[in-house]
Amino acid sequence: MTVHTVVTRTPVEAAHGVETSDAEASNSASRRKFYKSRVPIYPKMMHGTFRRIKWIVMAVTLGIYYLAPWIRWDRGPSAPSQAILVDFAHERFYFFFLEIWPQEVYYITGLLIMSAVALFLVTSLFGRLWCGYACPQTVWTDLFIFVENLIEGDRSARIRLAAAPWSAGKVVKRVSKHTVWLVIAVATGGAWVFYFVDAPTLARELLTGTASIAVYAAIAGFTFTTYSLGGLMREQVCTFMCPWPRIQGAMTDREALSVTYRVDRGEPRGPHKKGSPWEGRGHCIDCRQCIAACPMGIDIRDGLQLECINCGLCIDACDDVMTKIDLPRGLIAYDNDANVTRRLRGEKPRFRFVRPRTVLYAVVLAVVGCVMVYSLATRRSLDLDVLRDRNPNFVSLSGGAVRNGYTLKLMNRFDRPRELYLDVTGIKAKAVNVIGVGDVHLPVKLAVEADKVRALRVLITVAPENLRSGNQHMLFSLSNAAQTEHRMVSAVFVSGRS
Amino acid sequence: MSHSGKDVDQHSGTETTGHEWDGIKELNTPLPRWWLGIFYACIAWAIGYWILMPSWPLLHTYTHGLLNHSQRDDVTDAVRALQTARAGKEHALSKANLEQIQNNPDLLQFAMAEGKAAFGDNCAPCHGSGAQGGHGYPNLNDDVWLWGGKLEDIQHTITVGVRSTDPNTRESQMPSFGRDGILKASQIDDLTEYVVHLSGRPADGKATTRAAKVFAQNCAMCHGPAGQGNRQMGAPNLTDKEWLYGPTRADIHDQIWNGHGGVMPTWGGRLSPETIKSLAVYVHSLGGGE
Repeated sequence: MTVHTVVTRTPVEAAHGVETSDAEASNSASRRKFYKSRVPIYPKMMHGTFRRIKWIVMAVTLGIYYLAPWIRWDRGPSAPSQAILVDFAHERFYFFFLEIWPQEVYYITGLLIMSAVALFLVTSLFGRLWCGYACPQTVWTDLFIFVENLIEGDRSARIRLAAAPWSAGKVVKRVSKHTVWLVIAVATGGAWVFYFVDAPTLARELLTGTASIAVYAAIAGFTFTTYSLGGLMREQVCTFMCPWPRIQGAMTDREALSVTYRVDRGEPRGPHKKGSPWEGRGHCIDCRQCIAACPMGIDIRDGLQLECINCGLCIDACDDVMTKIDLPRGLIAYDNDANVTRRLRGEKPRFRFVRPRTVLYAVVLAVVGCVMVYSLATRRSLDLDVLRDRNPNFVSLSGGAVRNGYTLKLMNRFDRPRELYLDVTGIKAKAVNVIGVGDVHLPVKLAVEADKVRALRVLITVAPENLRSGNQHMLFSLSNAAQTEHRMVSAVFVSGRS
Repeated sequence: MSHSGKDVDQHSGTETTGHEWDGIKELNTPLPRWWLGIFYACIAWAIGYWILMPSWPLLHTYTHGLLNHSQRDDVTDAVRALQTARAGKEHALSKANLEQIQNNPDLLQFAMAEGKAAFGDNCAPCHGSGAQGGHGYPNLNDDVWLWGGKLEDIQHTITVGVRSTDPNTRESQMPSFGRDGILKASQIDDLTEYVVHLSGRPADGKATTRAAKVFAQNCAMCHGPAGQGNRQMGAPNLTDKEWLYGPTRADIHDQIWNGHGGVMPTWGGRLSPETIKSLAVYVHSLGGGE
């Protein structure tokens, strides 16, 4: 059993005015062991381009997450007026002008495929931008670390606080930190439920304590996961739980951008004394500020590693140092291994964004997108399902005729009631009987309520002289009054004759 | 023995328990603490469970536990809750007549659901899960009805049964013309041809001519002079294409010889009037209702 002790030491200067950090790359693969308890990471607050981008992305993504359910969208009296709503109770998914029925779940499949391919494309071009900026795990972890930083102070203050014995001050800081974390977690779960029920109604119910137990359970569940994943587990989620770091290996190559330490420029590294020459040595002064800034607890100078989420905070840290010691920025930058190799060979670095891989992803993305747009543009506002009775398969009648039964589902996706026309072709029917309506003449006019499915049992009788052996193919067709939309469904009529 | 008083195995570097058999020492490898923790938690859980829930069998009874929990009570409560939830509709069902039920979409849907469930529980063993019937068991989907296919007819048949123990039962008896020696074997052979002829199939003309008088004397009373059947007496129509006991000559001969007649039990005392109404509506909707 090793005992972790904090050694206080006098600060070492890496170069004039630059302090060497005592940060350790504790989460590097070589230093990590199974069953070893986590060494806490205390990321240092950075200021710079990428930190600013991260703030903006955080504000935008959190803004969308919290505000989206409150956007109103008028759909008339028969449908909810919430722009984005997953209405499980009524089996509908609303997204602004779109209303998706459960039968059309392939649109969501298409959307997921597009998201996946877009993720592949971005990753093959610019590396794990999703992980570094937009992933909810990253956004909430960043927010939680921001709160921690606000209450307990920056890296060194937090390390001191962790090592300090329990005191009133420490208790106050810890309690207030966890309280704020819990408030954020509750707000996260609280916002999530608004996507599933009308937001203003649910907000009123929540405030008066009259919402259903399922809502409170959902909020509790999301509070727990947000608090534990964002506050307590943090980088462990990315390193151990998330499959994406593994998948990215297949998406990136030597040409894809990633946060890269330019070995060609940085090595050999070592502390630098003010006034001493830079010739014959690398620009890395081994100040370890990149490690101190890293929320993942790795050393970027070890090269590309699956723990790296490509957030660019080490770039900010290094650029800051480079400015201080009057060296050009970009010792750590969005770059790639191929360029490092090129520079070591004395060639000019270049970025090859057009590669077979990126072209393939872009083409797949465009094709799936076109298919989606086409299918959405030509989407039917009516639909028909036909289910033939199988028990009994057919019914022989006293006069020698044979009858088959079908369950039909007439779907009206319009926001107003409509009369739809049902026809049967391909078979000579003696009688068509709609249970509840009676014997009908084809095509038969059937009323369907707004945004509803009407289920009907239809009995088709074929006279003995028109019966053929085996299965007879036929078509059910449904159309609107203007005959502008048609839906044909093929079915069989079983005669029972061999 | 090492100087610290603990015996450490030289090979593995692990402490031993001090037990030794023929020079073999047992290493001290205690259970992992997380495992022990879960184990103790399970024991604590079990004790709590014994106290709160029914657990130990006694000689004539068992320990009921402080919560006095019983799954049988849960089922009873659930059934009672269901009955309460359905009470309104059941009441409406008991007040409405069959036509009213059929013309009220809401009530019809309820009756159809109840009828379908009741059919599966009570009727499907004989009539089949799809009411398709079988040899000797009427198909309820077709347009052939021995006792009538109107809603009231179906309701009455379900209530009193056929050849059942109910005093008002629907009753018909096809005599065993051959087995009881009422007719000679040759007459039954001729009658078989006659019945085949009635249903519009080619038959032996001489036999048909011989059987005409036999039919008029023995069969026309119930089946009618033209063999078209009689619903008052539950006598099947012999001129159609549906046969309860089969369409072949052998089937028809067997039926004239033995006079089979199945039994449908009375449901009047076993199912509630509402359930029987629902069953009538459901059976009527299968396609053959008149």
